[in-house]
Amino acid sequence: MHGRYLGPLAALLVLGGCATSQDFVVLLPDKDGKVGKVLVHNPKGDTVLDSAYAAARTSGSGLQRNTASQSEVKEAFGSALTAMPPRPISFTLYFESGTDEFTEQSKQEIKRVIAEMARRQAPEITVIGHTDQVGPDPTNDALSLQRAERVKSILVGMGILPERILTAGRGRREPLVRTANGVSEPRNRRVEISVR
Amino acid sequence: MQANRWIDVRRFILACALGFAPIAAFATDIAQFKVAKGAVYLERGGKRFPAYVGTHLQATDTVVTGADGSAGITFIDNSLLSVGPNSVLQIERYAFNSTTHEGVFDTTLSRGTLSMVSGKIAKQSPDAVKVRTPSSILGVRGTEFLVRTSE
Repeated sequence: MHGRYLGPLAALLVLGGCATSQDFVVLLPDKDGKVGKVLVHNPKGDTVLDSAYAAARTSGSGLQRNTASQSEVKEAFGSALTAMPPRPISFTLYFESGTDEFTEQSKQEIKRVIAEMARRQAPEITVIGHTDQVGPDPTNDALSLQRAERVKSILVGMGILPERILTAGRGRREPLVRTANGVSEPRNRRVEISVR
Repeated sequence: MQANRWIDVRRFILACALGFAPIAAFATDIAQFKVAKGAVYLERGGKRFPAYVGTHLQATDTVVTGADGSAGITFIDNSLLSVGPNSVLQIERYAFNSTTHEGVFDTTLSRGTLSMVSGKIAKQSPDAVKVRTPSSILGVRGTEFLVRTSE
């Protein structure tokens, strides 16, 4: 019976702008100390958070902009912060020139990947192929994905479950070493493994 | 070790019996629970299921935590987020192109607390990541931030 009246009432509340929430937004410094940026848009006003611990608080009466103390952050967000998943970690593998064989150093790196997976809960990896700046994008995209797929099959052969492995071909978009177009650079022909 | 595997298998059979297999992996999976403490649920298609470490998420899923609940989730673009107790977080839209890093990531925090570290989508496209609350829209340019919303 009540339900029949709640629908229109809720609609009235929304239309009347009464469905306001009290929001508290805090920008944190990154792990390496850098600070990003969050734009806050609210009917009571807009603000940009772009310094460490910059905070916006909204309520029915307006938007307040100030700095949050660490104790405030801990009190409001302690449980969420404790539940943050571990940061993804990247490993880079190289091939012996012109072969399918990993370099000796890369074989050691694969052992580190497996150890890192063992440390994590529900570990997954993305194998990402990269190329140098020789050739057009479509060719490099295909080549980098092929390289990633090849590494995936090696990892599966070592006992990692295939459903834990995604592959990606990044082509020449993310060179490790900046070079001019057309330059063959072995350090850019690599496969990255992101463990998350 | 053996005992743990059996628990997983029993959960899996139970989940299948309920017409839902939260542990199985699908191509449409976009994220995975890495942390689940206390009461943590996943809502999909109007149904609610308990969520565990290893449960996969898809776009438009909703994460719900109880008074003792908290959860940590890692996405395929390496975005990380976690929610504290008494929280409701819906993934409205998620798309990620692993070649170009273009994508879109919209979530709504209806209630509770959220901690987020943006990933490759935000790095590639400054306007692609948004968090909504009942009355605010946050444009996420990167990287780490916290949101609490209450009535």
